[in-house]
Amino acid sequence: MKLALGPLLYHWDADRIREFYAAVADMPVDIVYLGEVVCSKRRSLQLNDWLRIADSLAERGKEVVLSSLALIESGAELGTLKRICANNLYRVEANDMAAVNLLETQQDRTLPFVAGPHLNIYNLETLKLMREAGAGRWVMPVELDKQSLEAIQQTEHPSMEIEVFAYGRLPLAFSARCYTARAHDLPKDQCGYCCIQDPHGLMLRTRDEEPFLVLNGIQTQSARLCNLAAHVPELSDLGVDILRISPQQSHMHEILDCFHQGIVEGQCRIEDFSSFVNEDEGGYCDGYWLGRAGMERIDALVLD
Amino acid sequence: MTASIKIPQLVAPAGSLQALKAAVDNGADCVYMGFRDGTNARNFPGLNFSEKEALQAINYAHDRKVKVYVALNTYPKPDQWHKWCRAVDQASDLGGDAMITADASLMAYAHQNHPDLRLHLSVQGSATNHLAIDYYARHFNIQRAVLPRVLSVPQVARVIKSTAVEIEVFGYGSLCIMVEGRCALSSYVTGKSPNAAGVCSPAEFVRWEQQGPVTRSHLNNVLIDEYLEGEKAGYPTICKGRYRVNDALYYALEEPVSLNVLEILPELMQLGIAAIKVEGRQRSPAYVGEVTRILRQAIDACARRPDGFRPASEWMSALNRLSEGQCHTLGAYHRSWQ
Repeated sequence: MKLALGPLLYHWDADRIREFYAAVADMPVDIVYLGEVVCSKRRSLQLNDWLRIADSLAERGKEVVLSSLALIESGAELGTLKRICANNLYRVEANDMAAVNLLETQQDRTLPFVAGPHLNIYNLETLKLMREAGAGRWVMPVELDKQSLEAIQQTEHPSMEIEVFAYGRLPLAFSARCYTARAHDLPKDQCGYCCIQDPHGLMLRTRDEEPFLVLNGIQTQSARLCNLAAHVPELSDLGVDILRISPQQSHMHEILDCFHQGIVEGQCRIEDFSSFVNEDEGGYCDGYWLGRAGMERIDALVLD
Repeated sequence: MTASIKIPQLVAPAGSLQALKAAVDNGADCVYMGFRDGTNARNFPGLNFSEKEALQAINYAHDRKVKVYVALNTYPKPDQWHKWCRAVDQASDLGGDAMITADASLMAYAHQNHPDLRLHLSVQGSATNHLAIDYYARHFNIQRAVLPRVLSVPQVARVIKSTAVEIEVFGYGSLCIMVEGRCALSSYVTGKSPNAAGVCSPAEFVRWEQQGPVTRSHLNNVLIDEYLEGEKAGYPTICKGRYRVNDALYYALEEPVSLNVLEILPELMQLGIAAIKVEGRQRSPAYVGEVTRILRQAIDACARRPDGFRPASEWMSALNRLSEGQCHTLGAYHRSWQ
């Protein structure tokens, strides 16, 4: 199995993003997804800036994929999407059917694309349609379980790489409304880019103080971090090609080291994950993979 | 009637034969319904249609020149795919006028096996722009797309201008504040989501707890809200609970409120929308009848005189009484909501 660093889901300033990816060049990760998936108003980096980061990571031997926006509403957003899809250097992760449409109909396109986790691909037949459209890799929707993957793997499925979201806060929902702006009592059009104040999202707790969800602009995430470290042997047995690790504001290198070591040795040492997050920040979960409620923790590490 | 305005179809929900009759009798142009299983996104106990009931329903509607759309708008998992295809066959064989669907492979199946069956892209298909819609039009010849409740009026206008596919928008009912088809909050808490199980915040996970004057609502043991005596308690839908963010306690995602577009009906109708949809297959026949009757009157009045159209106060108050939280919003149609 390979390791992929998923797209950065939070709003960081340009320096922070550049420093982060400069460090990533030295981390044990094979594939790096770059670009803005959540909110088109975030402009710390323009496409050209992302491409420069892409070039420097590619020079260091990383496979780079350009991720595209999940919720596309405006003409400007379609314009950016077209520019991303028109690049012929890097693969594109399609997170909306608009991207699939553009990539499929592009005359001179040679690179297969990545069918991202925000396309609703729940079964083999839809997967085949994506293959026909030019996808070479499928990132499973986060709520899909191992049983579904088993069922697909037991059939003569088209040859595609399979990637599973293995670590990080789960991207659960998108909305037209910005919940971070709402939390600051600001209208979305005058948001002041307030989500930049929350480099790891804004915690939402229930009335009995349990960490529940994380607000990240128009995206809602789980408070618990999905952590499939305990399932690495099974993921490998099921023919998963790539594990997706979602960018974190801290411990990034150590987290990737843990998974890298786990892949090499065939098993992760899950107690090594005990210092990356604490229970008050949500702790870990692994329910979705086991066909349960996503927030459940079956084999995931319970912290003190 | 002015020549410039296109009268949209009024598409009403039916979770039962009685609700379907109420919709038909109160002026719906079309009624949408689903089978009694996970193939549709309102898979609630006691709701929806067996094959026999579906046939009765379709006959009742067709006898009165009303169309019936069959919703098959969940995403089948690998081992369910053939069952969902049988439901497509059934929708076609029973004489449904269109199939509302979200999964691309089901559209492919229908397009291949039932080429005469009209296909509508469900709101669960999450198509919020013309290029996404175009994918489905190119491959499966879809005739209509239902837009998620996330676009502002100018954005709806832009989609309509950019595609030949008919556009249907939501006009009234509970407000889904996330992009439909892109929300896994329910499965995160309960294991069951609209996409995969056709339910959101399902009732079997709801637990009410009374402690002194306080009533608490839980969903799979997650506290969604609590109410003091005299406060009206709402169904614990995850996105409509009260939570703490930065020390403030509030409806962090959305208040319990219903969408109501009557105030902008002339604007929407002038854009050339093909249909206005009422949410609520889980609602009672009385509710469906009342909402359908009011929307029928409003659409007809607006078609007669779009310039001077004002929603009648009795319509608005009647709709507010029927609303979740007894109040209404224009939702994402108005940029300020976003």
